[in-house]
Amino acid sequence: MATFQPFDVIRKSASVTSTPEPNRATEVVKLIDTSKCIGCKACQSACLEWNDMRETVGTNVGVYDNPHDLTPNMFTLMRFTEWENPKSGNLEWLIRKDGCMHCEDPGCLKACPAPGAIVQYANGIVDFIHENCIGCGYCVKGCPFNIPRISQVDNKAYKCTLCSDRVAVGQQPACAKACPTHCISFGTKAEMVALSDKRITDLKSRGFDKAGLYNPPGVSGTHVMYVLHHADQPSLYAGLPDNPRISPIVEMWKGVSKYAGMAIVGLSAIAGVVHYMLAGPNRVSKEDEENAEKLAGGKS
Amino acid sequence: MTTHDTDARVRVRRYSGLARINHWVVAISFVLLMLSGAALFYPTFFGLTALFGGGQMTRWLHPWIGVALSVSFLGLFLRFFWANLPEFTDFVWVARIRHVLSGHEEYLPEIGKYNAGQKFVFWSQFVLVSVMLVTGIGLWDQGLAFIDQTFGFVPTIDQRRWAALLHACAAIVAVTILIIHVYAAIWVRGTMSAMLSGVVSGGWAWRHHRKWLRKEVGRRISPAE
Ligand code: HEM
Ligand code: SF4
Ligand code: SF4
Repeated sequence: MATFQPFDVIRKSASVTSTPEPNRATEVVKLIDTSKCIGCKACQSACLEWNDMRETVGTNVGVYDNPHDLTPNMFTLMRFTEWENPKSGNLEWLIRKDGCMHCEDPGCLKACPAPGAIVQYANGIVDFIHENCIGCGYCVKGCPFNIPRISQVDNKAYKCTLCSDRVAVGQQPACAKACPTHCISFGTKAEMVALSDKRITDLKSRGFDKAGLYNPPGVSGTHVMYVLHHADQPSLYAGLPDNPRISPIVEMWKGVSKYAGMAIVGLSAIAGVVHYMLAGPNRVSKEDEENAEKLAGGKS
Repeated sequence: MTTHDTDARVRVRRYSGLARINHWVVAISFVLLMLSGAALFYPTFFGLTALFGGGQMTRWLHPWIGVALSVSFLGLFLRFFWANLPEFTDFVWVARIRHVLSGHEEYLPEIGKYNAGQKFVFWSQFVLVSVMLVTGIGLWDQGLAFIDQTFGFVPTIDQRRWAALLHACAAIVAVTILIIHVYAAIWVRGTMSAMLSGVVSGGWAWRHHRKWLRKEVGRRISPAE
């Protein structure tokens, strides 16, 4: 496997002057083929093991999802959906490996107020740099995929790193390595898109005429992509957003409100100075004091 | 009510000691919130987190100072509520705002304890602090956990995004009004002493709050005298 170095940072949270864009290194993609997944959760185990995380033993509420949601320790989660296909009448088991999508336009990075707590590398990986994180949870609000989780232990945000540490030394992500069905593949963007084309052609020939690649344009594409048998309805897959984009509320919060806000505060301060120069201080006159004395009479 | 003084012979008590302490607790927490909030508001100001012991500490402290502000502001609100009810002269004051700005108070009606501008500061900060309290809790992990436990309410992600946007907008407006408030206290000479020593000169009261002065003097001439 090729080494996807150098790990130049192309974007950095809360940094007014972002680093000049270096020549974009080969972009990496992790391709998850939902049609091949058997729900064995080997990827989940591999993720916990590689990242040296432990999840507490939970309770069984009668679903396969375990744990029940992403947590600060569990960066990836198999989400199981039972869906009755109205056309074929078949019960389909849709299993989606949830986790950070490594957006090309990451909402988490846009929202983060701490300089350098979130970075995007030239190969497309979005990484949280924990020593810079202040635990404010803004990334949670910025993310269109509901991914980051704040640890109650160290008050820092956690999510899938796309095994940036493994990728840096030419290894594939731990989940991809562990997957027994080759449902998870890792490589350059071109390789993965070509691979997905092959898979989609195959799926279409087998009756899944809506099979397609999930690489949503609303976030300028992602570095984790899905092959879906029902690409026309991503939300079937445990609520995968149909048209993800950074929320317009977040865009306003992180855009116009900052500039308008500083302008308004700045202008009011300037208005004060100008008014003072034009009007001068509003002083109490001697007459005012005398009038007050008269009013108070001898009673003061 | 009135005491002798070298330059102004009439001195009028405007604020009790407790009212002044209350005011300065509000003012100090407000400034601390403004500084810690600004640090998170825009990267240029992130360095302000150093004042609070780093980013994590700033994030942790800010909401608690917010609670202190809300409680102390409620105190001021209850204290000053009656004197801030709107009355007819407020409309006249606003209509003649150019005379206010040029310092020609002779063209204004006699004003009670507060003029329309001061009442505007009072009511707008009341609304803004309330908005910042509600939206601030919506941004605060511990606060949300508390709301969940007590009321069983968990906001949606979009509600939390709105909370962030509204919190920032309310803070901007509140800081703008703070600037106006502080400026007015500097521009109108003799005002500071109201909140420092609690006493203003008779001339100040005659010039800016004549109706209030008459009432204070009237109170002095109580039946006992
Ligand atoms: C009244 C109670 C208040 C509460 C409970 C509160 C709470 C919060 C919380 C939880 C945050 C998110 C960051 C953090 O966790 O520290 C925040 C951000 C902020 N707060 Fe407050 N706050 C309050 C009042 C204020 C006041 C009075 C101001 C300024 C005058 C202010 C200005 C800000 C600003 C500018 C931000 C950053 C917003 C952004 O990133 O766009 N807050 N506040
Ligand atoms: S919690 Fe998220 S948004 Fe806040 S500093 Fe950490 S990474 Fe940035
Ligand atoms: S999926 Fe969420 S956490 Fe991951 S890069 Fe996109 S915005 Fe950030």
